[in-house]
Amino acid sequence: MSPETVATLAKIGVWLTALLSVAPAMLWFERRIPAFMQDRLGPNRVGPLGLLQGIADAVKFIFKEEFTPANADRPLFLLAPVLALIPALTTYLVIPFGPEVVIGGHSTKLVVIDSDSGVLLFLALASLGVYSLVLAGYSSNNKYSLMGSIRASAQMVSYELALTTAVVCALIPAGTLNLAEVVDYQRAHLWQAISQPIGMLVFLVAAFAETNRLPFDLPEAESELVAGYLTEYGGLRWAMFFMGEYMSMTTLSALFVTLYFGGWSLPFVDFSGLSGLVQALIGFTVLAAKIAAMLFLFVWVRWTFPRFRYDQLMRLGWKALLPLAVLQLVATAALTVGGVL
Amino acid sequence: MELAVFVLFGLAALVSAALVVAHRNPVYATMSLVVTLVSTAVLFVLLGSPFLAALQILLYTGAILVLFLFVIMLLNIGRERSSGARSPAQTWSAVILALLLAGSLGRLVWDAHKDSEAPPLDATFVSLRGLSEQLFSSYLLPFELIGLLLLVAVVAASWLARRHEEDEPEVAAPSPEDRP
Repeated sequence: MSPETVATLAKIGVWLTALLSVAPAMLWFERRIPAFMQDRLGPNRVGPLGLLQGIADAVKFIFKEEFTPANADRPLFLLAPVLALIPALTTYLVIPFGPEVVIGGHSTKLVVIDSDSGVLLFLALASLGVYSLVLAGYSSNNKYSLMGSIRASAQMVSYELALTTAVVCALIPAGTLNLAEVVDYQRAHLWQAISQPIGMLVFLVAAFAETNRLPFDLPEAESELVAGYLTEYGGLRWAMFFMGEYMSMTTLSALFVTLYFGGWSLPFVDFSGLSGLVQALIGFTVLAAKIAAMLFLFVWVRWTFPRFRYDQLMRLGWKALLPLAVLQLVATAALTVGGVL
Repeated sequence: MELAVFVLFGLAALVSAALVVAHRNPVYATMSLVVTLVSTAVLFVLLGSPFLAALQILLYTGAILVLFLFVIMLLNIGRERSSGARSPAQTWSAVILALLLAGSLGRLVWDAHKDSEAPPLDATFVSLRGLSEQLFSSYLLPFELIGLLLLVAVVAASWLARRHEEDEPEVAAPSPEDRP
């Protein structure tokens, strides 16, 4: 194999290992953090501090009966959970986790696909995620599932507009769609969270809606819809949706910190004197720490805010977030042309 | 490698395109269209334009076809049943139009390859920067006109969606005394 192939496979391997361990880790956080917030213990029986609870849950998923409703559309019913993993397993390809480094005599950029249309590839692959929800709801042949997936598709398409506009704002000052260059811009200037606070907030709120997290988890609102599009799923198939959701949260957080919080870089610190492997390690650790902070925010918000009503959700998306994003777009474009940013 | 990818996704595009027309269940037909569009996006990548590929997936599969599915699910359209109402004139005009289209497309491909290998596309032209420069300089007027057209469509859609109170008086909500 050529060194390029080895490098690419190694980079994909690093990402996949990290992403696949997110779901069990989040399973633990999602129970222990709220337990801490509500002054109770949470699961603490399996292993030290309950750390092995995720493995116990995985075993439970594997041995649960695989159940398909009699009137379900079987091919689509089986396809939907697989589709849930597509955006999760592809979008990380364009997220940079370090500068161009020399490892073992070969120079390589620490990003799997170094493309001029990197952000667009991310958004395109992420937009395929809605199919799993729509098909899950349709194929289950159940009114709660259908209601859930209709809500999900409307919600995701609506919030994608605000999210994409916010992404465009973050790209204007750097003048590129290549995420590695956006990070370079922030190393030379400021974190864009400081220069574009409105765009940052719009992206943040839209990210909650895009991943169907509370306070925007209307598609699976249990008080109204049993479990929305997930109603008929159990065992490993349900676990695939679950993993897809957590991995999408992770990749979207990665995009968020790359656009607004400097990605793999730290302000005022320069590692470029260190050896290539150390630089790669530091870059990946910094990015992972920033993503972990975002994931903590996801959990924090979930246990802090009540669920929105559906009309409030739509009003927020179209009448608040989208105009705000456009406002940020005009402001950023003016400031960039004026030479301020 | 490149050839294998081309053959695989080219075939996928053709088969799924045939399924779009042939399948009787509208949801399956829509999903076949998704496969067609994603496969052609892969072909765009092979042609050296990941930008077009990303746009194709983002706009068509990510937005428009989701709305197709949305409408199909909302209207609860079942399997298509053959109505038997198709007249011979309809069938024949469809066949003739399809042959005309296939003929003109074939002619174009033939003309391009008749003399020599087609020259490779200029890489700067299909790149993001090249494409945007063309779009905002040579093709500025068509670009703005298309934007205007979309704006008109948005205004029309929101006008249609608005409730017209003067046309149809709202049904008064039943007062508490009316209830049994």
